[in-house]
Order: sequence, then structure tokens, then C-alpha cells
Amino acid sequence: MAEFAGFEMPIQYSGIVAEHNATRNSVGLFDISHMGRLRFEGPRADQLLDHLLTRRVTDMQIGQVRYSLMCNEEGGVLDDVLVSCLESPSSRQYFLLVVNASNRMKILHWLQPHLADFPDVTLSDVTEQTAMIAVQGPQAVDLCQRLFSIPLDSMGYYRAKVTQQMGKPTIISRTGYTGEDGFELIVRADDAQRVWENLMLAGREQGIMAIGLGARDTLRLEAGMPLYGHELDETIDPIRAGLGFAVNLKERTFIGSESLAKIQSQSLSTTRVGLKLEGMRAARQGATILDSDFRTIGLVTSGSFSPTFNQPIAMGFVDAAVAKDGANVEVDIRGSRVSAKLSPLPFYRRKSSAK
Amino acid sequence: MTIDPKKLRYASTHEWVDIGSDGVGTIGISAFAVKELTDLVFMALPKIGQKVSASQEFGEVESVKAVSPLYSPVSGEVVAVHEELVDQLETLNEDPYTQGWIMKVKLSDPSEVSKLLDFAAYTAQCGE
Repeated sequence: MAEFAGFEMPIQYSGIVAEHNATRNSVGLFDISHMGRLRFEGPRADQLLDHLLTRRVTDMQIGQVRYSLMCNEEGGVLDDVLVSCLESPSSRQYFLLVVNASNRMKILHWLQPHLADFPDVTLSDVTEQTAMIAVQGPQAVDLCQRLFSIPLDSMGYYRAKVTQQMGKPTIISRTGYTGEDGFELIVRADDAQRVWENLMLAGREQGIMAIGLGARDTLRLEAGMPLYGHELDETIDPIRAGLGFAVNLKERTFIGSESLAKIQSQSLSTTRVGLKLEGMRAARQGATILDSDFRTIGLVTSGSFSPTFNQPIAMGFVDAAVAKDGANVEVDIRGSRVSAKLSPLPFYRRKSSAK
Repeated sequence: MTIDPKKLRYASTHEWVDIGSDGVGTIGISAFAVKELTDLVFMALPKIGQKVSASQEFGEVESVKAVSPLYSPVSGEVVAVHEELVDQLETLNEDPYTQGWIMKVKLSDPSEVSKLLDFAAYTAQCGE
């Protein structure tokens, strides 16, 4: 077990490779209760969030989910988040913001002065009274369909719904952090164990496995997804991180928008890339990336052995001028040079996708 | 010859040593360490003739999870290296003691062995 943002989390349940492969080939179950869950309610909740997030919130319809960033005035990333527009069983519209566990307290603090400007908006941190479970993999839809009465196959990607699982209130969203199809469920903390057991039992024939933090990291790395503290931090802007798609500057202003407009109009200095390494040694965070003349051109931000490709892969930032797919580079792994090739992201893309 | 883990001495960093009558120690890593690392993908070995010192790094083992240095439990000169192990790291899962030895060291200071943990003390440290 490892301590992570105040939660005791298993790095692995049965083994990283076995758990990784179960998610890629069948279905994996993730306890992601550590993620922060913040609920915003009130007539101007959408305007408050629109002021704080890089994507538009004011036009969101009930059932929509958007990946977005929260930036500081300089355009540095405070956190990457999922914002959902939901309707409670009593027909009240609210917004749910899922933030990184390690950033939850920082974001709650960051929100305070802005909340004061929107006195009609109430924020509740529901992280501790709820739990969050991800069901990911090609069998995830089939498995969940056996436990939910609403049709799931027709539920679009990045859609969410307030429903129930065997009488237990559940928010289900077609989202994930693995590169696979699947869902993320939010349930009451008191119901979490029962929901987890229901899923484990229902998925037994499909070979469902519980997935720890280790495989969660290898899965998201193959899917080219950034992890806060690695590919994202307050000194990195979304454009450089390759997340320009999550920044909407058109006819709107939000915290950081001025800086981001300026950054977008300039040419990039460094940019996020993928690397495929020769040999079996993985380049970890902080390893130097060099060109063929051994000049430093960048740094590795995440790296691991990839169970899917059976070779080490990494993400990092390099000088934008040399960031060409297929370029040969060297990585310094604790004093020895290993050859690598820049690779397009994501490394892994699933074959079929949700509607 | 089978190595009995109960008769070995251990470093707190999870390496074991089996001292032979010829003053040569056979060194490997414990089943506990292998279980904790899991999914081993790479091991960097020392060279024959290399001098190693107690508690100093002599190589590294890498799993999908992390890279971990290997520390020598004793000081001396490397007289044999298990080269084949690198290509069959799964051996360590099956038999980390007899088949999974990593190197043999001619001890320069046999008194160091008394500072190592016995099986009971080592397993107590691992909380098993």
C-alpha cells in the first residue's frame, strides 16, 4: 500500500502487467475514490465555472461532461478536471467538478475568493461522503449493462447521468483514464463496498481484475494522457502540454485567458512528445533527452515499461524545433545513454470506440 | 544443491548471502523483494573482478513499477556472475534462492556477515 493524497492506495492487487492486460483485453475495476469531487449549485454556478475553466461551461447541457483545465493568471495549469452538468432526482441542475486528489485542497483554497464573487453559488466538497469506481475495458459496457437498467451502449462518450445501481444512487459517466471504453461511477461512500462487490461478481466470467495505481499509470501513459505533477504543473501551459483542444478562447474570458491568447499567438518553445526506447530499461521522470550530438533538448516527465508494446515508453518535453515524429534521440538513464525515437501520442488507441 | 532461505543471512535492503566453506558468498534477492517488485523487466549485473563493498550498490533491478538498486551485503571481489539470469528474470519468481542467484563474491572481510540479519529477523522486518 502507498500513501497518496491522504488515501491508502494499493500500487498493485495481483501484479501490474496482469492488471494492465485485463483492462486492455477484458475489464478492470479501479477504486478512484481519492479523486476530489466538488459540487456546485446555484443559478450562476455555470458562470462561476466558466470564469475558472479553459472550456465553456455556460452552454453545457444536462448530461454533458467536458475535460478542462484550471489555470492561473499566467496560463499555468492549476489542475486538469472533468466538469459534468447533471440533474438531481429532484430535477435540480448542478455541476460536478472532478479534480486530482493531490490538488483538491489547493483548488478548494483557490476557489474561495471567486465563490465570494458569486454568493448565490454553493460549493460542497462531497469527496469524503462519496466513492468513485472506474470500470474500464472492452467488456465494461456489457458488464455494467447487467447492473444498470438504463441503456448504456447508446450513452455517448463524455456523457453522464444520475441514476441508480440496484437501488443505490449512482452518477455514471462514460469517461476514463485508460484509453479504453468504460465508465466512472460515483456512489455514496456507504454503498461503495456493495457496488464494488456487485461489479466484481458480475465480471467474474469475464476475468475482471481489481486494478492498482501501478497499472493505472501504465494504462494512461500508453493512452498519452497527462498526469498532474508530471506532464502538468503550474509552470506548464496547456498549449505546450498539447492540450490546446481543451482551451476555448473564442469570445470569452476566464482566468488565464489573456496569457493563453498571447501564448497561442507565439511559436512554441517546448512541446510534449512521446518516446519509444530501445532495450528494456525505462526512463523515469527527470531523465534528460539529448539529440544525436548529445546536446540536451528536453526532459522525461513520465516513463515506464509498456506491457502492451513490450518495450519502455515515455512522455516528456523537448524543444519544439526538434519535436518531429520518428526523430532519433538519446535518453540519459542514470548515466547511460539509451537510443529512443520520438513517437506520436497516444501510443495506444483502442480499435472501436463509443458513439 | 538447494539453498534453504532459512539458513541465509540478509541485508535490510533485501539481498541474501549464502557463505560457502571456501569463503565465497553467493548473493541474490529475497522472495519478498521479488514479490514486491513483480513484473521484472531488466537487471544490470556487475563484472567479474569488480570490487564490491557492503551496503554499496553493485547493480540494479527494474520492474514495471520502479527501478531499485541492488546493494551488496558483503565486501569483496566478484568471482562469478549469473549472466543468463538477465534473459530469464522469471526465474526469480520461481526460485529466487537456488536458481535465482545473482553473483558470487570472494569475501574480503568475513566478519561483516555477523552484522547481517538472520531469517527470523529479516522476515520480522518484512512484516510477514
